[in-house]
Amino acid sequence: MAYNESEVFPTQVKILIAGGFGVGKTTFVGAASEIEPLSTEELITAASVGVDSLSGVENKSATTVALDFGRITIDHHDIVLYLFGTPGQERFWFMWDELSNGALGAIVMADTRRLQACFEAVDFFENRGIQFLVAVNEFDGAFRYEPEEVRAALELDPRVPIVLCDARDTQSATSALRSLIKHLLTAVPSSA
Amino acid sequence: MDLDLLSLVITTGQTSSRTDPEHLKVLGLCHKPLSVAEVAAYMRLPVMVTKVLLADLVDCEAMTMRAPRPTSGSTDRVLLEKLLDGLQRI
Repeated sequence: MAYNESEVFPTQVKILIAGGFGVGKTTFVGAASEIEPLSTEELITAASVGVDSLSGVENKSATTVALDFGRITIDHHDIVLYLFGTPGQERFWFMWDELSNGALGAIVMADTRRLQACFEAVDFFENRGIQFLVAVNEFDGAFRYEPEEVRAALELDPRVPIVLCDARDTQSATSALRSLIKHLLTAVPSSA
Repeated sequence: MDLDLLSLVITTGQTSSRTDPEHLKVLGLCHKPLSVAEVAAYMRLPVMVTKVLLADLVDCEAMTMRAPRPTSGSTDRVLLEKLLDGLQRI
């Protein structure tokens, strides 16, 4: 072996960014990532594009049908955080099985105009015991709901945090990530 | 060989017996550790295809790979605290 692996390879962690089409996942990944978000498009047939409801997302010209991902390097601690955003619909869950394996947790993006679009993502994480929070994307023109109204509509467990987020804004997206990590920490006993 | 989306690959510096343009292009990308997902995106190839190319290169020892550590990440307090610290510096 030519390399001492622990010196060459950083610790890698991943967080999933889920939600319905047009909810701002790609925007979120782009805002938080230090690199231009990368995308791979496999295993998705063009046929699936046509059947997705785009009502209420009139301004979205391209639909995300692929795996978008970004990266945040934390040099200080030799950690690389990957953010993966993919459609949350049930027919894409085959992609999520590999993605969610070993994931730290997830952010479910919600658009209050179409809250139902994130039901499936919420179900997915609840069923697999993956910790998540809901980030309500504050779109221009979207009716502002109180977090508790969102909680009731999604039938969320009282422990699941709900944060407001502007997916276009790096600080706001990073803040949502911090909220998720803090939420994960609440479930871990303090070290002695 | 089990390559995951987050498996990291890096060139070893050994001469590759694979000299197809795709193999050489992959080698050119991986002087620093890169995840399989990133290689796929830069190559503009599906992940499945990328995994085959990378497996070829690992087989001929032109590359080495490291599978993602089986972390108990979400319950690893030290890791989470480091992450939070890192995210607070952004």
